[in-house]
Amino acid sequence: MNYGLLFGAIAFWLAAWATNEWLVRRKFRTPSANGVVRLAVPLLFGVSILVLWEGLVRGLHVPSVLLPPPSMIWTRLINSVPTLWADFQQTFLKAVITGYALGCGLGFLVAIAIDRSPFLQKGLLPLGNFVSALPVIGVAPIMVMWFGFDWQSKVAVVVIMTFFPMLVNTVSGLAAASAMERDLMHTYAASWFQTLVKLRLPAAWPFIFNALKINSTLALIGAIVAEFFGTPIVGMGFRISTEVGRMNVDMVWAEIAVAAVAGSAFYGIVALIERAVTFWHPSVRNARTA
Amino acid sequence: MEKPNLFKDSIMPVGVILLTVLVIWYVSAVFLNAPFERDTAARAGTEITFSEILPKTMFQQRPVLPAPHQVIAEIWNTTVLMPITSKRSLVYHAWITLSATLLGFGIGTVLGILLAVGIVHNRAMDRSLMPWVIASQTIPILAIAPMIIVVLNAVGISGLLPKALISTYLSFFPIVVGMVKGLRAPEQIQLDLMHTYYASPSQTFWKLRWPSSMPYLFASLKVAIAISLVGAIVGELPTGAVSGLGARLLAGSYYGQTVQIWSALFMAAALAATLVIIVGLAHTAVLKRMGMKP
Repeated sequence: MNYGLLFGAIAFWLAAWATNEWLVRRKFRTPSANGVVRLAVPLLFGVSILVLWEGLVRGLHVPSVLLPPPSMIWTRLINSVPTLWADFQQTFLKAVITGYALGCGLGFLVAIAIDRSPFLQKGLLPLGNFVSALPVIGVAPIMVMWFGFDWQSKVAVVVIMTFFPMLVNTVSGLAAASAMERDLMHTYAASWFQTLVKLRLPAAWPFIFNALKINSTLALIGAIVAEFFGTPIVGMGFRISTEVGRMNVDMVWAEIAVAAVAGSAFYGIVALIERAVTFWHPSVRNARTA
Repeated sequence: MEKPNLFKDSIMPVGVILLTVLVIWYVSAVFLNAPFERDTAARAGTEITFSEILPKTMFQQRPVLPAPHQVIAEIWNTTVLMPITSKRSLVYHAWITLSATLLGFGIGTVLGILLAVGIVHNRAMDRSLMPWVIASQTIPILAIAPMIIVVLNAVGISGLLPKALISTYLSFFPIVVGMVKGLRAPEQIQLDLMHTYYASPSQTFWKLRWPSSMPYLFASLKVAIAISLVGAIVGELPTGAVSGLGARLLAGSYYGQTVQIWSALFMAAALAATLVIIVGLAHTAVLKRMGMKP
């Protein structure tokens, strides 16, 4: 047991904690300093967790099969970029992006299509809500059976997973514009299409982006889990399940790191687009002034 | 204002849509299963007419898409007709999955609430932890599932706990986010009132913050229980298909038993629906006791 490393890591963690306590209690005069603190506090926390992890694993001699230290994962990540890139291409660029675009697009179009029929809405909405709560991921083996081992079956899983949240959110978003605003459009003699484009769609954006954000996570999960049921010898889910079998845990963690970065970046991009599109919404305006 | 009519506004539209789905299902079952019958006929050297194919597509051993009545028959056979202790009983597998789900959901709820209380009462925890809690939701946690299972197996922990841990991990985040929002729901004016009553922090917590967080808690619980079922099912995949609904799915996909996959899927759906409904009922009951309108 290496006490130096162990206590060093714990001391660093405590010091980082104390610094954070001090930082959040202090009031800074300039807004830019406040911004820096806002960023620095979670970053410091993240770094201290990594240091603690490294110190505990090395200090207590935890076997790397159980939990490899972050430095080992990083070396592995750097050394196997080609493999990781091929997996990323297969799972993310082919399956996730295609499935996400198709699923969200279909959900949106169906929501617009049933917009004029209250009957269909009343029938589809409860069912859509119900399906959203189901373990839809279970259709993965069926899709693999129907569409083969390659990325097409993963696209199918992602489409099914993302379709219902998008449908439900778009339908409730289209109902968000108030009766007063609709009456105004009516007095302007606006057609259904004009009302849709100029009033109801803009009012629905916050709901639609909510679904887009939920779906960005769901899509990645769907594609990775679908690969557990059969895949060609490339892909993030495939790599995770086989490397676990071979006890190459550092490779698994490297793949998880890639998945985490890809997932966060995907979510972040959607969130950025949301801020640009729904700049008028109170939640965005408050965040800007605060 | 017209009085809402339960039959006209909900039962009929949903029923019509369900009926349409059923019809589409039967039609696609015929078309998807027909090529197999044609191939068999061609190999036997006989011609087969459509009216002969039609009944055959309804009762294949390993159909591409099983007809609904086949799935229902399979569910009936493996639940009612099979003793619960049998390895082939779907009730047995559902119970395995359910126990992991509930254990994970329980741990996740307690942990989530504790963390939320910490975040609300400590500024440093709020600033440093909250961004990571939110960021962690964008990470495909399910990808870690097989590793947790296999690694814990290597240490000697197997069975219920590893699966429950995955459920915990998944159900924990919606609860933290919902509870933080809920515990912060009391307005400044209400907090000031508690202050004028000279209420201690714990009194403020139990008499103001905790009650006002209940609607948020139950909204998160509904999400959390659905997602912990998903976690338990995915957690069963890499254990080598021993028991549980996830194992039924995997075994079915290995041996091409489509009817078995579909029946496991329907069982999982029924389980999810029941759990969400139970949480919903608890929600209504608690809010009614507290004198709030649900």
